[in-house]
Amino acid sequence: MLPSVTPGAVRSGPSPLARKRLAQGGEIIATLIVIFFVMFPLVWMILGAFKSEIDIYSTRLFFKPTLDNFRAIFASPTLLGSHTWISALVSFLTVAITIPLGAAASYVISRHRFRGRNTLFLIILITQFVPAVVVAIPFFNLFRTLNLIDTPIALVIVYLSFTLPYAIWMLRGFFDSLPVEVEEAAFIDGCNELQTLRYVTLPLVMPGLLVAGVFAFISAWNEYFFALILTKSDSLTLPIAIGTISGPRGPMWEQVSAAGIVVMVPILVMSLFIRKYFVEGITVGAVK
Amino acid sequence: MDLPQTSIDLPSAPVRSVPLPIGPAPASKPWKPQSARLRWVMLGPALLVIGATIVYPLAASFVTSFRDWRLTNSPLPGAFVGFENYIRAFSDANFLNSLRVSGLYMLLSVSLTLIIGLGIALLLSKPTRLNVFARTLLIFPFAVAPVLKGFSWKFMLNPEYGIYAKMIGDVFHPLRGYVWLGHEFSALAAIAVSEVWGWAPLFALMFIGALGSIPGETTEAARMDGATSFQIFRKITLPLLAPVIYIVALLKIISAFKMFDQVAIMTGGGPGNSTQTLYFNVYQTAFRNLDMGYASALSYILVILMGVIATFYVRTLLKGD
Repeated sequence: MLPSVTPGAVRSGPSPLARKRLAQGGEIIATLIVIFFVMFPLVWMILGAFKSEIDIYSTRLFFKPTLDNFRAIFASPTLLGSHTWISALVSFLTVAITIPLGAAASYVISRHRFRGRNTLFLIILITQFVPAVVVAIPFFNLFRTLNLIDTPIALVIVYLSFTLPYAIWMLRGFFDSLPVEVEEAAFIDGCNELQTLRYVTLPLVMPGLLVAGVFAFISAWNEYFFALILTKSDSLTLPIAIGTISGPRGPMWEQVSAAGIVVMVPILVMSLFIRKYFVEGITVGAVK
Repeated sequence: MDLPQTSIDLPSAPVRSVPLPIGPAPASKPWKPQSARLRWVMLGPALLVIGATIVYPLAASFVTSFRDWRLTNSPLPGAFVGFENYIRAFSDANFLNSLRVSGLYMLLSVSLTLIIGLGIALLLSKPTRLNVFARTLLIFPFAVAPVLKGFSWKFMLNPEYGIYAKMIGDVFHPLRGYVWLGHEFSALAAIAVSEVWGWAPLFALMFIGALGSIPGETTEAARMDGATSFQIFRKITLPLLAPVIYIVALLKIISAFKMFDQVAIMTGGGPGNSTQTLYFNVYQTAFRNLDMGYASALSYILVILMGVIATFYVRTLLKGD
């Protein structure tokens, strides 16, 4: 049955249908504003990477795109290639140590029952609140005496201070969510604990290892504070190297943007890849 | 219109959208004989690394905080001076300023992140096709390296050629050519905005998750009883979101006190020392002035501050499960 509308109501304002349309339109416009707020800084940087050194200072949307900036940053004096290599090396090494150690520890915390288990876990949580600067001061002095300043290995060591506790936290969640029955079945079939772990538990927790690995990679790849303190020239990571791209007028924004794409794209691709776990991962790890 | 007082029985289960693996162990019995040797073989390496990379530096900083150790004088640590470094901190105008800056920055960034994050979440909570697409985009800003956040906002706020500076100036003429990073409050606000840009979308995702667990019947019933959208938000949505808001606010407070990267890139602590956060101050004391003893004491004051916030956080987690 159609709602009866009195003529007076029609004249007094927009009909309910029109008002609903209007509200929907308002919501769509608001959503578009949100998309603009979220994406514009990224889009503007990506556009900047393809602008000439003249166009970068104009705010026009249309320009003649060029790849010169990418050529420039990989050539002297920036030599972004070698810094990309250092960043990749440091990040991969960090992940390669974090994940096996973290998986082993979180497996034990999840599956074994022993005295002090909860205390141990709580301590691991609390370590994530330790500010990086407290870690940086002793390590700066230690690495200075050991001649390890400006080496990738120094960075890997300090990066473990935040990737490992964080990975243990995250992986424990994944281990806890596996039903114990599967492991019990393998055990009854004659596997010992290590075999069960190797052939049953680890394959099942593989997505967790992948997600934790990606998070460790991202935090090492993006890290700025430690790298600023512990590197000088040979081992500059990408985030630090970007800061060196400057001319007489300050940062050369077109080249900074191009370098920004090199830093950003691998991370954005990885985040998309694990986007189902993204929010949970950060809730655990945001306390870095 | 006269609204009937709506009394709605809310579901007593708290919203649990942030799955955190803590709390008492599951009651189930151990499922198999557990080798104590294997346990320590597997735990050992991780504990060793945590000990070496966190416990050792914490202890070392603590000891150093009671010494006079200026690298400009000697590469070796100097004499123990008792609490002198700590006493010095509280008469150091620079330190007190950085405490104030960090506090102000924390208030700015936390409140902006919460408000904008909540706004985005409410807007995108209906799963229309456009909203689902927009939600996917929300993960991007957080993943961007802080360095790039700093550079991109510094570029966009440049008074001569920055696009945001230009847009603001075109809408609001008196602000044309305003040097955003050159004035005390606007510089701090700009740093906060660059950080809010990264965090608010993430918060929105968390809130959307929490909103999804609010049963539709509850809001539907309230609407039938004649409650307005604002009343529903105020009386139903907000209280149900409160636990999640509390947790993410704590996370943001902690991250706010750790603000360093964008300060280093966008302002270098200036103009004057108006954007010199606690973190940046400790960094400068340790690695510019090379005063290790004093910097260690300052960093320990930061540790104590974090410890207080962490206590709230841990207590909530333990209670929450």
